[in-house]
Amino acid sequence: MEAEDGRGQQVRAVWRFGGLAVSVGILLTAQPLNRLTAQDTTAGRVVYVKWCAGCHGDNGAGDGEGAHRMIPPPRDFTGAIYQIRTTASGQLPTDADLMRSIDEGLGGTAMPGWKSRLSDRQRHDVLAYIKTFSTFFADTSLRPKPLTFGKEPGGGTGADALKVGRQFYDSIGCRKCHGDQGRGDGPSAPTLKDDAGHPMFAADLHESWRFNGGGTVGDIYHRLRTGLDGTPMPSFSDLLDQKFLTETELWRVAEYVRSLSPAEAPVVRDVIHAPLVTRALPHSPDDSAWTAVDAYWFPLVGQVIRKSRWFSPAVSGVWVKAVHTADSIALRVVWDDRSQSPDTAWLGHVGRVLAALDPDEGTQEPPALWPDQLAVQFPVAIPTGMERPYFLMGSTSAPVYQWRWVSTARTAAVAGLARGIDRFDSLPSTGVGAQSVYDHGQWRVVFTRALASPDTASQLPFRTGRAIPVAFFAWDGSNGEHGTRMAISTWYFLALDVPVPARVFISPVIAMVLTLGLGMLVVWRAQQKTTFRRKQ
Amino acid sequence: MNGRIFSVVGGMFLLTVCSKGDRSAVQAAPPAPQPAAVSADGGTITGKIKFTGTAPRNPAIDMSEEAACKAKYKTSPTEENVVAGPANALANVFVYVSAGLPANAKYQAPSTPVTLDQNGCRYHPHVLGIMVGQPFEIINSDPVLHNIKAIAKKNRPFNVSQPSAGMKTTRTFSTAEVMVNLECNVHGWMKAFLGVRSDPFYAVSGEDGSFSIKGLPPGTYTIEAWHEKFGTQTVTVTIAGTESKPANFTFAAH
Repeated sequence: MEAEDGRGQQVRAVWRFGGLAVSVGILLTAQPLNRLTAQDTTAGRVVYVKWCAGCHGDNGAGDGEGAHRMIPPPRDFTGAIYQIRTTASGQLPTDADLMRSIDEGLGGTAMPGWKSRLSDRQRHDVLAYIKTFSTFFADTSLRPKPLTFGKEPGGGTGADALKVGRQFYDSIGCRKCHGDQGRGDGPSAPTLKDDAGHPMFAADLHESWRFNGGGTVGDIYHRLRTGLDGTPMPSFSDLLDQKFLTETELWRVAEYVRSLSPAEAPVVRDVIHAPLVTRALPHSPDDSAWTAVDAYWFPLVGQVIRKSRWFSPAVSGVWVKAVHTADSIALRVVWDDRSQSPDTAWLGHVGRVLAALDPDEGTQEPPALWPDQLAVQFPVAIPTGMERPYFLMGSTSAPVYQWRWVSTARTAAVAGLARGIDRFDSLPSTGVGAQSVYDHGQWRVVFTRALASPDTASQLPFRTGRAIPVAFFAWDGSNGEHGTRMAISTWYFLALDVPVPARVFISPVIAMVLTLGLGMLVVWRAQQKTTFRRKQ
Repeated sequence: MNGRIFSVVGGMFLLTVCSKGDRSAVQAAPPAPQPAAVSADGGTITGKIKFTGTAPRNPAIDMSEEAACKAKYKTSPTEENVVAGPANALANVFVYVSAGLPANAKYQAPSTPVTLDQNGCRYHPHVLGIMVGQPFEIINSDPVLHNIKAIAKKNRPFNVSQPSAGMKTTRTFSTAEVMVNLECNVHGWMKAFLGVRSDPFYAVSGEDGSFSIKGLPPGTYTIEAWHEKFGTQTVTVTIAGTESKPANFTFAAH
């Protein structure tokens, strides 16, 4: 009886569960239909108010509280002008286009991806709600139609294909904004604005992981075809219609652009290994000795801790290499910067940047010709424990040792002690050398110094085989950066590697031989004993 | 291959463009065709547009990055923010009927296109009008990259590229809008203004500041004059028959 009762309950439970599953299924499939017909966007509004309005504003006009803390500014939904689409220039985006931006976010901007934070239902609801901010979506004559993109033709990574890509990169005028080497430093770059007059950067094509609409060849090709509406980036689809170039040739441009960035987005490795070089220390940034040395990438972010804060840094990261000889160290820092500041051509841009951001001081600072700067920071002495000075330029009680380079004095570096973000005291006779090169949107600076320190109390003596804390700070003067308005990193480490001595390899062999010998001896002795006993 | 063909075409275009004698000013594109579907009878509004004060100086354009455009000028080109004629006459004012036409009136858009020419890295004309649905033809007479961005609020915007001479793009607008801003982002100084109307009753003042709007049916109209720097002004004009009525505007240069 009991057993049968149990089985009956099981059967009922299965039926109940099955019924529930079926009704949930019906609900799920019916849901999109409901939304389309009834346009019930109440649920979407709840999600929007909680997660989106802070930047995009209560009325979707891109004027939320956070709006004046970011460049580019948040999307203004009222005009229904969207950058990332699969539709022709000026057309509305498809729902799938909008969902892509919600799911993945927009690379290189403040817009995060929401796929892991909001449920499917929530994201669909908020999408429907966002569309209500513009009457264009209600206009049935404007139903968006995705372009036909075709498939990427094969053979795009070979040298010949990339040459074709480069040829059309030049002939369709990409370099006008993106520059000869693609670092966003073209002649028109300083004048770029969005529809609302906000300052815009031409994308640095060497940082595909920061592209707004994704960094694959396919993503790039889509952007070339559709343009980025609301920005200066036009659509190149008309060129196909007018037979100025073929689809394959435009794909080649996309492949060439992709080839400028590393295959994978750079991964942060915490320790810069500086190998020992036996030849002369490379003082020049373009010394061939650097090519064999590993490069380490460190991301930089805006300094938003101390006033005046800076929410829109232009330098996204630094590539660092280091080597040392028996008595000296050379540290090579490379970063992309669209402008060789100070440059009067960028003064208008500085004004637009400052106007777009709310200043901490209340009054807007007038634009000026600020230089580019870089600072490398170490502790005053290699710490013995885990404790390090405050990463943001130390403090009065625990200062940090810094090398500072300024673009107006290109072959000199100042060394000194920082005692907090706004106090830097330079030291006399520091022995820190610097050489720099500005090349098509990129600074390359080499710092050199003797390992030994003339003044061990304030200037770090470098020692091999130790983890030496190091941090980086960068300023782009033509982005309005100076003083506390800068890009910062956290502490990382520098290690001056020593060649592994020969005994490290030899001693295990000796140990093995000895062990083997001893073992054999023991076995031989044991066998001797056994033979002796048998004989007895 | 294609590139070569285009450079030949572009070169020929340049030759024709450059062989037209005096180059102190680049010749304007053919004047915008008179709006069609205007009845021969009906009233006419004519007027003169002036300004008081001193016109601001138009900034010089630095075309050093574009040798092909720079070569088209004998004297250093300037922007065209305020184009003044003799006796403080004001050109490039868009004049249109902002109110008074019957709400249900429908006007057929002409099939002849309105042409915007990019020549010498400037737009010709600088201010123009077009009807809803009328083809808007953008041509590139320069052997350099231009992008043409239309910034609109009531219409859908667009942003297309023309990297070579001889290229042509045609677009239309679906809704009346005064004004749609046109700009080139490669050359930050290139700006043009397009008045989109659903009726044919509009005009752009010439160098002598004069304009005329023909074929208006009897009625009382609000006439608005728009200038890119001096703003807008309106007057009210009543048309009784086939008469001609004046509507003069005086802007203040500030």
